[in-house]
Amino acid sequence: MQQIVNFIIKYKYFLFFLLLEFIAISFTIRSHSYHKSKFVNSANSITGGIYNRINSFKEYTNLKGFNQQLLEENTRLKNILAQRLIDSTLNSSQLIDSVHYFQKYSFISAKVINNKYNMRYNYLTIDKGSKDSIKLDQGVINSRGVIGITNSVSKNYTTVLSIINESSKINAKLLRSFHFGTLEWDGNDYNILQLNDLPIQANIKKGDTIITGGKSTIFPEGILIGTILDFNRKNNSYKSINIKLFNDMSAIGPVNIVTNFDKEEIQILEETTSNE
Amino acid sequence: MNDVIKITFLFISLILVQVIVLNNVLFWDYINPQLYILFVIIYPFRKDRGIFLFLSFLLGLFLDFFFNSGGTNAAATLFIAYIRLPLLKSLMRKSEIDFPVFNINKLQFLKLLSFISILTFAHHFVLFSLEYFKLNAILTIFSRTILTSIFTIILLIFSLLFMNKSK
Repeated sequence: MQQIVNFIIKYKYFLFFLLLEFIAISFTIRSHSYHKSKFVNSANSITGGIYNRINSFKEYTNLKGFNQQLLEENTRLKNILAQRLIDSTLNSSQLIDSVHYFQKYSFISAKVINNKYNMRYNYLTIDKGSKDSIKLDQGVINSRGVIGITNSVSKNYTTVLSIINESSKINAKLLRSFHFGTLEWDGNDYNILQLNDLPIQANIKKGDTIITGGKSTIFPEGILIGTILDFNRKNNSYKSINIKLFNDMSAIGPVNIVTNFDKEEIQILEETTSNE
Repeated sequence: MNDVIKITFLFISLILVQVIVLNNVLFWDYINPQLYILFVIIYPFRKDRGIFLFLSFLLGLFLDFFFNSGGTNAAATLFIAYIRLPLLKSLMRKSEIDFPVFNINKLQFLKLLSFISILTFAHHFVLFSLEYFKLNAILTIFSRTILTSIFTIILLIFSLLFMNKSK
């Protein structure tokens, strides 16, 4: 007994060091796995508050770009509305009902107050939280495409698992056909992602547009992602299809968070189906 | 008492400088100097080692909260806090060390430089290894460690000079 006590006293700093190092490394390993609630995240009021302050200064330098982005989006939406007018005159009586009963998605606007893009596991922080009814695993998009998926939520802030995070996997498909693959990131260039598992039957060309696939309950179908930059064909399968994003991931301003009203229904249905 | 205030001030201001200024300064989009390890370098030697280890761990953990980086900064900062004393002992001849009055600024410049460089390299190496956490990324880890360390060391030396001047 005496020896054990002596040992502890002699090596107390080393043991203390080992204990703290063990805690730190276990936090690290937890943060590398995708679906675990994380203790260490920037969605708390202190870090979120400081990021909010910093962002209110930084915002001014980017106003021009964000205005341009909003203008683009407005133009696109106006064009869609202009096309809709013809349909609504044909069946205007149904339109009210269809809006009322068949609305599948709603969008909440938010601002990105912190954006990391120089690491392997990148996260963004946005200035909306559970009091704005944001939940885990909701899609985050902007007018130029997909940004990420909400990861941890506090009262006022939310962290977003960026698409340039190595544990991010997003269902994506070609605009021209229904072939789909998985969008992942290899950790090199923050504006170039990789599309994996695309079947060889899909006939792709450089410059083809990639959109979200709608196979998951997180993103609606047809959200923009990027265009094919280059690809290799090897052994009758596609190797390393590089996707150039429409977004510049180093400059993200206003974003939208997607709420899918059918999410629970789809998940319950899929669970019962797989149980049978 | 005076020391406690000084250390608290240093602790908070280093976090703020790192988060507000340095995180928005990215050289070539990838190099992000980590000035906050200045804390480990200038923390007084005469203080209790246990508290020092815990404060270093805490400093790293606070930054992890900001960067969403798990525990990488905490692990790296704690590591250099632990090796600081053995490193200094090995750099100096035994007789030179008189801890109650020892001050980092009394070191010769070359010894100071190697002390800072070794701590910085060790910190960045642990940081990036934990961030990548893959054996096949070892080359990327080394290149990022070296490039980032150069910037960090320059910043550390300038801030040490600045702190000496202002006294």
